[in-house]
Amino acid sequence: MRIVIIDDSGLRATVLEEGLREAGYDDIHIVPPRGAFVARLERMAPDVVLMDLGSPSRDTLEEMLTVSRALARPIAMFVDQSDEAMIGAAIDAGISAYVVDGLRKERVKPVLELAVRRFNAFARIQAELEEARTALSDRKVIDRAKSILMAQRALTEQEAYALLRSSAMNQGKKIVDVAQALITASDLLGGGI
Amino acid sequence: MTTNLRIAFLPLNDVAVLAAARERGFAEEEGLALELLRTTSWATLRDRLVYGQVQAAHMLAPLAVAVTLGLSQQPAALAAPYKLGVNGNMLVMSRDFAAALDPDPASRITDPLATAHDFAAAIGLWRRKPVIGVVHRFSSHALMLRYWLASAGVDPDRDVVLRVLPPSLTVEALHAGEIDGFIAGEPWGSAAIDAGLAEAVAVGERIWRRGVEKVLAFRQNWMEENPDVADRLLRALARAAAWCDQPENHDALAHLLSDPRYVDQPADLILRGLTGRIVTQAGEAPIANPDFMLFSREATPFPWRSQALWIYSQLARWGMVEHSAENAAKAGDVFRPDVFRRALALSDVPMPGASMKLEGAVELPLAVGSRKGDLTLGPDRFFDGRVFDPERIEDYLAGFAQGR
Repeated sequence: MRIVIIDDSGLRATVLEEGLREAGYDDIHIVPPRGAFVARLERMAPDVVLMDLGSPSRDTLEEMLTVSRALARPIAMFVDQSDEAMIGAAIDAGISAYVVDGLRKERVKPVLELAVRRFNAFARIQAELEEARTALSDRKVIDRAKSILMAQRALTEQEAYALLRSSAMNQGKKIVDVAQALITASDLLGGGI
Repeated sequence: MTTNLRIAFLPLNDVAVLAAARERGFAEEEGLALELLRTTSWATLRDRLVYGQVQAAHMLAPLAVAVTLGLSQQPAALAAPYKLGVNGNMLVMSRDFAAALDPDPASRITDPLATAHDFAAAIGLWRRKPVIGVVHRFSSHALMLRYWLASAGVDPDRDVVLRVLPPSLTVEALHAGEIDGFIAGEPWGSAAIDAGLAEAVAVGERIWRRGVEKVLAFRQNWMEENPDVADRLLRALARAAAWCDQPENHDALAHLLSDPRYVDQPADLILRGLTGRIVTQAGEAPIANPDFMLFSREATPFPWRSQALWIYSQLARWGMVEHSAENAAKAGDVFRPDVFRRALALSDVPMPGASMKLEGAVELPLAVGSRKGDLTLGPDRFFDGRVFDPERIEDYLAGFAQGR
């Protein structure tokens, strides 16, 4: 079974490809949705096409599926329309899958299930990365606010942090927001740190 | 009790009525909390509606007809009880291509018949078949473009390449030379003009003066099972549409739509399509097209059954569906004037007495029979003067050359 993954994000496509290979699928190709990707896809004659549901190129792909003469068998999204749970899970995970007519659903279902798991895992990793990135930049802001307080009010680092925290609690704000406000004010007043 | 409704849309000016319903409190007054879900492709918008992830969608009218006829992936009976606007599209072509047309863009736009013939000549001068971007095979723009090209003897399936791409990628594709021009809803034409990549060649409003554009689409069974929610939504939209149509609100509306959650383009670009003050070439003074896009007046939101049938006639004309009485009835049933009447019975929205009319027969503003209020229909002519009689689809189809 030949599987083509159309994806702009190299990492997500790799995550999916690895999973499929581990599960024993070895005829897998990744095509980014740019330029003449439709012509490449036609030459590959895939059995299953997996694509990010959020990709703006889906309309282009579907048009090709409609007018293409090279694809002998029509391709439809989702092989088994009766399996609503599967379709719901795929859409939730952000996957669209196109499958050639006549491919048995027992053969496609494991591919889809794997794609759903991998897409979800990828989304989770992305969210965690994003969180880590935010946490890092938050810490930098707080560190800078602390040093302003330490320099201008002759506080220890611990005292500076305690002051930030109590201000945040009193104002019902996040520490990072109070720290940011302090930095802005200090910049405006020419605090010099 | 507040009812939550999820509605999918694409970033285009004509999401205005939905955005205003949410942001200006019209939905809230009806006890509705709207969650507007931005999508990047019509395929995804369609899937979210068909597979029940949203209750309604801001949908291309021909796509609603096509899904119901089983022409676009999983077939599903869709229902469109409300039109979100008419027109608002523009055909723009690269400056190189446009150089072979009338040098004055204002006269191009006001005389679409002459421009169609100039365009046919320009195709012969171009180094290859021109590639024209359309947003979807089942879009009002693609159907209007085909109609317009064919009037000058251009076969849109033979003489040009129609390339499908989503509106938000049009400007980039033009820049990369992948397309020579495109037809899309605003603000994308204006964005390409402003970037110095293209010039205006035609506006939808001059091709069919009251051309159907986006509809509010539900799954038919969901709409039948939730009549009260559907009615409340229509009432909220009718008030939002009246607000959107008021010239004094256009600035606020453009600002609202420029938000990253909606169209995410500069407010001044969006404003051009709302006011109809169209800049046809970068740096030139705008040209006034007061009917460029309508939301409310002239009973714009009323889903005339004859308009669904006009769309169907074009799908049949281009061989996208085989004409039969059964298919025609199915297509006509997508537009639901009965639901519109039920929902807005007690409102002050003027209500047409009929559900079908001749399309393209009104030359000058015309006062017509209305169950309440005064209703004047604006001119709705097609630029070539043809009139569509929904009772005589075969005759209409036979009237086109090339057996189409």
